[in-house]
Amino acid sequence: MRIELQKRANVSTLFSIISPLLALLLTLVFGAIMFWLLGKSPLGSLYIYFVEPLLEVWSLHELAVKAAPLILIAVGLAVCYRSNNWNIGAEGQFTIGAITGSILPVLYPEWHSWAILPLMMVMGVIGGALYAAIPALLKTRFNTNEILTSLMLVYIAGLFLDWLVRGPWRDPKGYNFPVTKSFQVEAVLPEILDSGRAHWAFIFAIVAAMALWFMMRFMLKGFEVSVLGQSERAGRFAGFSARRMAWFSMLLSGGLAGLAGISEVSGSIGHLQPSISPGYGFTAIIVTFLGRLNPLGIIASGLVLALTYLGGEAAQAALQISDKAARVFQGMLLFFVLSCDTLIHYRIRLILAGGKTAEARA
Amino acid sequence: MTLSEGPAAVPLLSVRGLTKLFGSFAACNAIDLDIAPGEIHALLGENGAGKSTLVKMLFGVLQPSAGQILWEGAPVTIGSPGEARHLGIGMVFQHFSLFEALTVAENIALSLDPKISLARISDEAASLSKAYGLPLDPKAHVADLSVGERQRIEIVRALLQNPKLIILDEPTSVLTPQEADRLFETLFKLKAEGRSVLYISHRLEEVRRICDRATVLRHGKVTGACDPKQETPASLARMMVGSDVAEVHRDAGTVLGDIRLEVGNLSVPARTPFAVALRNMSMKVRAGEVLAIAGVAGNGQGELFDVLSGEYPVAGDEAIRIRGKAVGRTGINGRRLLGAGFVPEERHGHAAVSAMALSDNLLLARSQSDRKAFLSGGAFSVIRFDAIRSATRRICEAMDVRKSGEDPQASSLSGGNLQKFIVGRELDRQPAVLVVNQPTWGVDAGAASRIRQALIDLAKAGSAVVVISQDLDEIFEVATNIAVISEGRLSEPHPAGTLTLERIGLLMGGIHESHSIPEAAHAH
Repeated sequence: MRIELQKRANVSTLFSIISPLLALLLTLVFGAIMFWLLGKSPLGSLYIYFVEPLLEVWSLHELAVKAAPLILIAVGLAVCYRSNNWNIGAEGQFTIGAITGSILPVLYPEWHSWAILPLMMVMGVIGGALYAAIPALLKTRFNTNEILTSLMLVYIAGLFLDWLVRGPWRDPKGYNFPVTKSFQVEAVLPEILDSGRAHWAFIFAIVAAMALWFMMRFMLKGFEVSVLGQSERAGRFAGFSARRMAWFSMLLSGGLAGLAGISEVSGSIGHLQPSISPGYGFTAIIVTFLGRLNPLGIIASGLVLALTYLGGEAAQAALQISDKAARVFQGMLLFFVLSCDTLIHYRIRLILAGGKTAEARA
Repeated sequence: MTLSEGPAAVPLLSVRGLTKLFGSFAACNAIDLDIAPGEIHALLGENGAGKSTLVKMLFGVLQPSAGQILWEGAPVTIGSPGEARHLGIGMVFQHFSLFEALTVAENIALSLDPKISLARISDEAASLSKAYGLPLDPKAHVADLSVGERQRIEIVRALLQNPKLIILDEPTSVLTPQEADRLFETLFKLKAEGRSVLYISHRLEEVRRICDRATVLRHGKVTGACDPKQETPASLARMMVGSDVAEVHRDAGTVLGDIRLEVGNLSVPARTPFAVALRNMSMKVRAGEVLAIAGVAGNGQGELFDVLSGEYPVAGDEAIRIRGKAVGRTGINGRRLLGAGFVPEERHGHAAVSAMALSDNLLLARSQSDRKAFLSGGAFSVIRFDAIRSATRRICEAMDVRKSGEDPQASSLSGGNLQKFIVGRELDRQPAVLVVNQPTWGVDAGAASRIRQALIDLAKAGSAVVVISQDLDEIFEVATNIAVISEGRLSEPHPAGTLTLERIGLLMGGIHESHSIPEAAHAH
């Protein structure tokens, strides 16, 4: 017996639209089952996880803080994925962007000027973009699979950061803790409102999402992205170059990941340390797909995924369950998004040994 | 074997009310068919008539939704190609399933019992190929073989199973006329042994020549069963198409103008191991001329189109000239800006993106040549959707593109209608040079005649047109001059009136003429 996926003749528009909501619902249902198996009250746990964080001003600020890097990274990845370039290494580009963006405050802590912040942001973008240029170069020159190379570079970036903050960049007055000096005031991304921690990274994220939405929807460049993503041959016929698109999309998503990295370090942490991200670069992949590769959808899905981080923290305190619960929720969400999409486009066919077929409608 | 035996005796294979549904669409609708022992039975129909679906059910690739298959009078269920072979049904597909890197014998072994030794297979294949006049070297690598030879492998592979019924799907579409003749002799031998052949084709002349009976399909239904020898091509065509097909009109004595497209001593190495290298090609196409390039599939047509269109520019800038300008190194949009238009062979995924709307597919080909009309906002290149939609409407009206809705996805159009749109998208610009690869491949007869007429009219209006085609009928219909492409070489062009089918066939088979003594042909 084997299982075959058979392409559906007609794809239901209704289900394509509600697929992310369906995935969210399934995640909640299975999340409730998980809580029940852990011996917690399912509904009470879900309330602590997904509702309580939305009831207080400070935690809404935290939501924006966590959503900002997710959205920034995910809108860049959306362009990548739409053009059929599979950058899985945003976490590494995030890390390198944080490092290159931190060069000025770490090496010149006495430099007090308004110019330092914009320079840090630009250097963060450049660092992330250059790090993404490595898989782009390998792909366009040697036909290497960018999924593997970009992913492997994540671990190199993480170890490089670790070495920096334990070695040359360690704060000599830091009691041997592996951290750099705290950034000078001019190098800290300011908060948007007085009421909480949310800083300018969230504005960068919204602006980037709007700009890329405009590009994908109205500009020839966005058309080029979609055409090359669907058929390289047709793109060549249109005079578009898949090589140049690989460069464009990798540099764009790397640059945005780098911006997210330096914004996070400058706005939320205030110094470099071995761990600067709870996996934003990987969670952003889920954000991208849950947002249907659409920059506006990604704003919404970025907020949803940020909520899983917040809920995870709340659940640790209130329910005494591991912070791994957040990862479980994120994993289930990605699984259900991808399976919903697959079942919308394909139907499952069981082929029994005798060549008899049974059709399962999903 | 005579005709009168026909269906009166127990037929070898009978099909009763066979239906195949894809969703709500009936690809085959209550089909009845009888094949007598020892007859060559034609299955006629246009592309999309349901021929392939029907034979896939007979060969166990697809399962019927309703109806019955009787083998020698007894009802059977054919669950897989293996079961079909076991019953005694062999099949030669239109698209071969051969591994290019393996030898002939190894390819044959793949479809047989793994216990049989390779040496035995070689011997049997060699003796079979001798007995049926199918010359074949079991030790040759498939990659080195011509399409005709590859087809012989498939036939020998089917014959090794000692089948009572052999199904051939469009076997001559890849053959030269001479190769086709050789195939027909093999079929007559099979028939003389009492084997039956189900012969699928849309080529009326050859069906009339070799088939004893014919079943005609249209839109998944049987529209006629006849003795093709008693019919005329026109009456068979009527059964296939359902109406009379408009004839293509051409005025004699067109005056040719200046040279619009010139290729001089163009050689291009093969891009991939299985591509064809272009060797020392030259051609001149003048305004008002339709140069048709005939040839068997896989002799460099696609590669020629790639370099003419500029999708793969060539090293020598001077090797290609459009309207006098050297463009060898210029990309496709640079050439479009000089007034050239291009129509590739493959509609889905090359000429058009299937999942995109027609208007998007218009922008695909004309984003740079019609920059002023279709884009605004300077460097931002903001798309002007209204302008593109109205141009899409204009093209659909001009070419009579039948579609559902205002701006449907390219994939929702039938092959013929999408092709009309793709050709119309170029004609709409009145290109000075138009290069078309297989303009009517897989297109219904009505759309085909409309496209051919449009190509002729474009040339009459003063453009230079290059038509690369495998369809000799089409070539004689549209061409002013005919050249033949074979193994990456291009023959001298000949005025269409002076060439016979036989002469083209010899050229297509790879017999090259030398420039100085055109009549003394030598084998390559």
